[in-house]
Amino acid sequence: MLAKRIIPCLDIKNGQTVKGVKFVEIKEVGDPVELGALYAEQGADELVFLDITASHEGRKTFVDLVKRIARNINIPFTVGGGISELSDADALLNAGADKISINSSAVRNPQLIDDLAKNFGSQFVVAAIDAKHDQGDDWIVTVNGGRIPTEKKLFPWAKEAEDRGAGEILFTSMDHDGVKTGFANEALAKLSDDLSIPIIASGGAGAMEHFKDVFTLGKADAGLAASIFHFKEIPIPDLKRYLNGEGIPIRL
Amino acid sequence: MNENSEKHTSDSELGASDSQKIVIIKYNAGNIRSVLNALNRLGYEAEISADPEVIKSADKVIFPGVGEASTTMKYLRETGLDDLIVNLKQPVFGICLGMQLMCSWSEEGDVDCLGIFDEKVRKFQLPEGNPDNIKIPHMGWNSIYNVNSALFDDSLENEFVYFVHSFYVAKGPDTAATTKYIIEYSSALQKDNFYATQFHPEKSGSVGERILSNFLSL
Repeated sequence: MLAKRIIPCLDIKNGQTVKGVKFVEIKEVGDPVELGALYAEQGADELVFLDITASHEGRKTFVDLVKRIARNINIPFTVGGGISELSDADALLNAGADKISINSSAVRNPQLIDDLAKNFGSQFVVAAIDAKHDQGDDWIVTVNGGRIPTEKKLFPWAKEAEDRGAGEILFTSMDHDGVKTGFANEALAKLSDDLSIPIIASGGAGAMEHFKDVFTLGKADAGLAASIFHFKEIPIPDLKRYLNGEGIPIRL
Repeated sequence: MNENSEKHTSDSELGASDSQKIVIIKYNAGNIRSVLNALNRLGYEAEISADPEVIKSADKVIFPGVGEASTTMKYLRETGLDDLIVNLKQPVFGICLGMQLMCSWSEEGDVDCLGIFDEKVRKFQLPEGNPDNIKIPHMGWNSIYNVNSALFDDSLENEFVYFVHSFYVAKGPDTAATTKYIIEYSSALQKDNFYATQFHPEKSGSVGERILSNFLSL
């Protein structure tokens, strides 16, 4: 049976792992390659590396880092941050990335999704969406790390991303991110029902039960988290044993 | 060494390596470097090449692939790699699209393929109403069972490996491992010197490394 995936996310700034709480207050937590290899050994199913360095020099450092990751890590990994054209994606593919995630650049230029999918295949393209709950079914899509609201709404935008060729959706609830009270399960379940591509849930993990909930109530295909893994609040082996015990299909 | 051929070694000591020559077939598909990285982690050197003489002289040949079937078959025909691959006598390992191209026909682009395995490649069909929210592609970790090939030792029965695919090969006489996703299908095939997996051993953690090691030990 296809296993639900547990995905640690590593935010990278200047070659180091960081984790922002609600996307501000940035704090360093270690070497990305070492941390990634450790997570892989502990049973992480995939890894996500997000480059939050904005500068041009930072990008080159990140491509070099991706090469080191690809040489050293034996599970699939996604990289994201600052990808706004095909050549950015091409450099990361050649460096060894299995998938890329695009966020703000896709909101500004939706055609980028089509172009990436056509050139590299849908399996290579993860559409990351940061959204903030407004009212009812309305979630406002935000860009620039949650700082700028846009005209787009979560559900139609996610559907459009799928239609344009995205292979997965990585949805982060800005209301839940860093708060550790559980994932945005209602919105996630609706995404999963609306779309036929896998949904990666992000934002809100604080306890092992939250993962059980996101895979059952939230109908997510994968659960992503950062700080609870980086700060060893929830060791991955414990989490996977717990989920297995709860009847969730998991790779042990 | 010509322009079609590059030699690669890992940065680390090649402790586990032996003197065999491993060639990864270079063609217009992604993911080749991932396979090379995995071999290097196991301590093996490998050459990425499209040169027929280099490929023919290898002890082991790996035919990887991520891409679209009809485009890739067209490329293999134009370059003559199609006949070359079919006639190889040493152990050959097809991965993902590589496995699909080793079958007789693919629904992806309605294209005749290499015909090493007498199987057709078809697209997954969602069940009526899709009550379980099944997604296509089949992406993520799933288990292999009824393993039956030198690629797998018994300890690999029911282990999880990493898949990304929308097309599959049904079960048949050459099935070397089975996986269930919507239906039970062939997650590995073997016939004579040809070995193939639908999943990516190079991305399947320590389990995948054991499968690659088994192939390299043939």
